[in-house]
Amino acid sequence: MNWLVIPIIVLVILTIAAAIYAVISKNLLYAVVSTGVVSLGLSMFFFILQAPDVALTEAAIGVALTTIIFIITIRNTTEIECCDEKKSKIDVKKGGEK
Amino acid sequence: MMKRFFIFLILAIVGYYIVDVVSQIPFGENRVNVGDYYLDKSPSELKVSNTVTAIVVNYRGFDTLGEVTVLFLAATGLASIMFRRKRKGEKDIRAKKASSRIIQIGSQILFPIIILLGAYVFIHGHLSPGGGFQGGVIIATASLLMLISYRKFKVNHSTISWIESIAGIVFVLLGVTGLILGKTFLENFLPTGELNNLLSGGIIGIIYVAVGFKVAAELTGLIDTLLLNNRPEANKEK
Amino acid sequence: MMNEFLMISFYGTAIALILIGLYATLAKKNLLKIVIGLSIADSGLNLLFMAIGYVKDGTAPIFSAEVVGKNVVMVDPVPQALVLTAIVIGFAVTAVALSLVMRLYRHHNTAAIDEIKNLKW
Repeated sequence: MNWLVIPIIVLVILTIAAAIYAVISKNLLYAVVSTGVVSLGLSMFFFILQAPDVALTEAAIGVALTTIIFIITIRNTTEIECCDEKKSKIDVKKGGEK
Repeated sequence: MMKRFFIFLILAIVGYYIVDVVSQIPFGENRVNVGDYYLDKSPSELKVSNTVTAIVVNYRGFDTLGEVTVLFLAATGLASIMFRRKRKGEKDIRAKKASSRIIQIGSQILFPIIILLGAYVFIHGHLSPGGGFQGGVIIATASLLMLISYRKFKVNHSTISWIESIAGIVFVLLGVTGLILGKTFLENFLPTGELNNLLSGGIIGIIYVAVGFKVAAELTGLIDTLLLNNRPEANKEK
Repeated sequence: MMNEFLMISFYGTAIALILIGLYATLAKKNLLKIVIGLSIADSGLNLLFMAIGYVKDGTAPIFSAEVVGKNVVMVDPVPQALVLTAIVIGFAVTAVALSLVMRLYRHHNTAAIDEIKNLKW
């Protein structure tokens, strides 16, 4: 098992970095793709833990179906930018602060 | 600013307690108790190679019935929340222009291959890693590919409904047959063959085939309901 | 040494994912970001559950033709069956939450929760 040290370190950094980017990013499409990368990293973790059934299920559901449902929601709500600036009348009233 | 501070405080308290509890569980120790019984009985009594399948369908089969019900409720709830009556002269649009020729030809070639892979995964669920849920999701991905590439690809909702209902009824009927024969609900009443054979494990293979069909039909209907929802330019109401 | 490293990496990743998901649920103002946080917290919990059921130098609990009859150490199969159900139910919850987001957008024409409180009357 000693040759697994470097792949595990790379996988941990990839998963946590993708999760942080999914929360911080302002473009919602990039955040959804990062959630798919988190699911992919998790599927690799399940494979290292000797569980092939669970890895198959997570790869099929987490990467394919969750991403497509999120993208259909983005298409129907057309909110590409996160944390929407307030509409113009409230902006004028409060002097433009958030 | 105060809100951020309180959120970090809550996260620190939750994180501290989780770390405190989890660090007392040693990693990798051999403390398998109930799992030893299942690992022992599964190849000798039930003659099923995949122990996880034997646990999901046979030893804890009632939980699988509950999970199938939860999926059915989620698909029905989603369809009823998104319901919208059609106005006069409104057409179902999916995309503004057609996909390129490469995508259309490629999806026509890939569609039967992906369905074959999904069917292989849920038929051999008791021999190799896989099962009903995995196979059903793979088949739903194949129909999603066709729905995205072609604008005229239609999914017949009444056929999907019939397949899903019949598969669910087969699952419950197999359980009730165990009750009729004088044993418990979902008891294994067919003869178990030998290990590593396709016809082994009694009713486990039949239940997983029914679950595979049901999940595939359900998820196809779910994606079709979501995709046909009109875009917001046609949504100018209230 | 190897065991300590594996323990820190698996438990640490799971707990970090749970906390990141919880932060996104509590502190963000866009409805879609809240649902993304819910999905990430679900994934972290499943990983934590699976990491508890690992046995050192064990192999997958499948009795293929080479393993029958020999005495090999296998990992615990019970958490794998439970996590299989949990992943499917997590996906169902995310799908229903997203349909509610779409319905709210159709009604109020915005996806920020602050605006939805303002448009109440």
